[in-house]
Amino acid sequence: MNDKVIPIRSEPTGAFEYISTKKDELVGWARKFSLFPYPFVTACCAMEFMAVSSTPYDTDRFGAALPRFSPRQSDLLMVVGTINHKQAPILLKVYEQMCEPKWVMAFGACATSGGFYQNYATVLGIDRIIPVDVYIPGCPPRPEMVIDGIMKLQDKIAREQHFILTKGF
Amino acid sequence: MSDEVFDRVRSALGNLAQDAAVSHGVLVVNAAPADVLPLVRGLEAAGFDMFLDVTAVDWPGQSPRFEVVWHFYSTGSKVRVRVKTRVTEDQPEVDSLLALYGSAAFMERECHEMYGIRFRGNDDLRPLLLYEGFVGHPLRKDYAKEQEQPLVPYREGFQ
Amino acid sequence: MDMRELRLPNPIRPAFDKPTADEHVIVNIGPSHPATHGTIQIVAELDGERIIRSDVHCGYLHRGFEKECESHTWHNLIPYVDRLNYCSALINDFAYCAAVEELMGVEITPRTKYLRTLLSEYSRIADHMTCIAAGLMELGAMTAFLYLVSIRDWIYEHIAQLTGARVTYSFGRIGGLARDLPDGWIDRLDWILGQYDDFVGRVHGLVDRNRIFIDRMRNVGVISTADAINYGITGPMLRSTGAPRDLRKDTPYLAYAELDFEVPVGIKGDNYDRYFVRMREMDESVHMIRQLVDILAKTPGPINVDDRRCSFPEKEHVYTEIESLINHFKLVMDGPKVPAGEVYLAHEGANGELGFYIVSTGEGVPYKVHVRSPSFVAMGAASKMLDGYQLADLIPTFGSINMIGGECDR
Repeated sequence: MNDKVIPIRSEPTGAFEYISTKKDELVGWARKFSLFPYPFVTACCAMEFMAVSSTPYDTDRFGAALPRFSPRQSDLLMVVGTINHKQAPILLKVYEQMCEPKWVMAFGACATSGGFYQNYATVLGIDRIIPVDVYIPGCPPRPEMVIDGIMKLQDKIAREQHFILTKGF
Repeated sequence: MSDEVFDRVRSALGNLAQDAAVSHGVLVVNAAPADVLPLVRGLEAAGFDMFLDVTAVDWPGQSPRFEVVWHFYSTGSKVRVRVKTRVTEDQPEVDSLLALYGSAAFMERECHEMYGIRFRGNDDLRPLLLYEGFVGHPLRKDYAKEQEQPLVPYREGFQ
Repeated sequence: MDMRELRLPNPIRPAFDKPTADEHVIVNIGPSHPATHGTIQIVAELDGERIIRSDVHCGYLHRGFEKECESHTWHNLIPYVDRLNYCSALINDFAYCAAVEELMGVEITPRTKYLRTLLSEYSRIADHMTCIAAGLMELGAMTAFLYLVSIRDWIYEHIAQLTGARVTYSFGRIGGLARDLPDGWIDRLDWILGQYDDFVGRVHGLVDRNRIFIDRMRNVGVISTADAINYGITGPMLRSTGAPRDLRKDTPYLAYAELDFEVPVGIKGDNYDRYFVRMREMDESVHMIRQLVDILAKTPGPINVDDRRCSFPEKEHVYTEIESLINHFKLVMDGPKVPAGEVYLAHEGANGELGFYIVSTGEGVPYKVHVRSPSFVAMGAASKMLDGYQLADLIPTFGSINMIGGECDR
């Protein structure tokens, strides 16, 4: 028997946290298997993007097959290829036009860090302009690496908190 | 076989092509900047119907500084000609070939933005590969390779 | 960020911003648009659905290739050169290496000559396949896209067995190639060519006499031979207008003089002809590859020329002899010393005349490398092929030009 003061308020059962965690898992499951990519395709990585979208490496298995060529209808911005300073305003505009929740994938070495084009023309990594969730290295990355990146992104989405009402609402 | 063609071209061009020589399979003609347009008209009359390329080479230690280089191809005789001239840094002007060849439009725009060569007669020398607001001519030897001119400000944490 | 607060600079200055008549509309297409392959912006004035005039802007993939060239050794540039026309990367490798070899006065070995020819044609097949697959997919023919991309994937894996990479290879070397063929490579090549005949036959059956395809491609995007030559267009686009101009026949290089092949030409210079010329060129490439396989079996020998100025010594010698060690060190650190001079050398790329103009001052680092790229020149003529046609015709016309961003913008 201890003489700790027992507060009058009832003990928290954690019911709200349990429900919100389960809600996050459900929403995360739904969002991760229904990614609509916006293929912001510029350079050589486009060849591997085409390869990973078709047979035998199929992104349809992951639910990420249907590209949406309008930023309003997509939630995954795949930046495939080098972004240079001329293209940077367009990339930022497309990113800002996408609605929440949105994720960004830097596909290839040029999108990650500028690749081996370290000169006046290229943006040395798109994370200088927009926040990035997944970086896929390679020049160009093998389709297996792209699929690994998509799966890592799916894990990230599954673990995230999914707010139904955001602060800015 | 191509030597006969080159001899024919040399004689057709007359004294505009006095020091023309064959180098690695291409006839190279050096000309003064004012002689370039008549020389090219002569080449077009001699069957050089395709204008391949115009570019420049920057020799910063030398004067005149820029060497402008044109390449032509004859689809009939299947030979190439290179025309070279030198222009100074203060007046990097040559004649435009837009009236003769349609491919000159894009080529001259690119040469202008990369080296600063002006083409008399081509009114449309907007930046083509570079963007509005880019200051300088990047392929000149005095433009540092890493000198970026971003259009979009970087996020916090990147300089 | 509130979209109303977002003020981004406009990277281009369009040629026109006022329509010529009140009921016309100026629209902006691209650059992030699937029709323009992500890197071309077209500002078009429309009268209803018809394009009155258009202004084509490239440069959205300008990566400073020519500036990079001035700070890397001749060998180190081979990966950069690959990424010019990334659909057929081997052709760029070999054209660049041939230009440097011409300036150095190096003659490649017979086996390398045949192997380079074979790989150039193999790359050409991959490029044409990509162009046709993308073009057909944009018209809605998803099945043909999947067929062609399947074969293209086998080709990529097959070349990866040889070079180590699927898309951009860095396989050419000045004076030769990186390595010789592994065992079993030719057998797999025969299998892939057999599958090619089957799959491409199916695509022909689906598309060639298809009413919708013919309606969308026939008499659309027409360019005449005179206009094409005036605008500097070469390659399948020029051949589709009826002019049988092909650098492999006109100024033969590598082993093309010894091979038996035809140059397919079109009739009108429209989209349908460009599609068909590319399909026939793929068949001719397969025919050439089959001949080269027989020739290669009879041509053993070294791959790299035995010239210490550019070829790396064998690793056993590098680790045991001081001369080879110094040679290897100098080649890596300073680069091969190319004699002072200049050369322009052109190969028949998948889109036309791919020319390298290189200027050397005797160093191991180039003074200038300039690429005469066929896609860039074709973009100069794109307005001619778009004006007067419907807006929806832009998609097949642009697809049939096969603008490769890396080559166009460098």
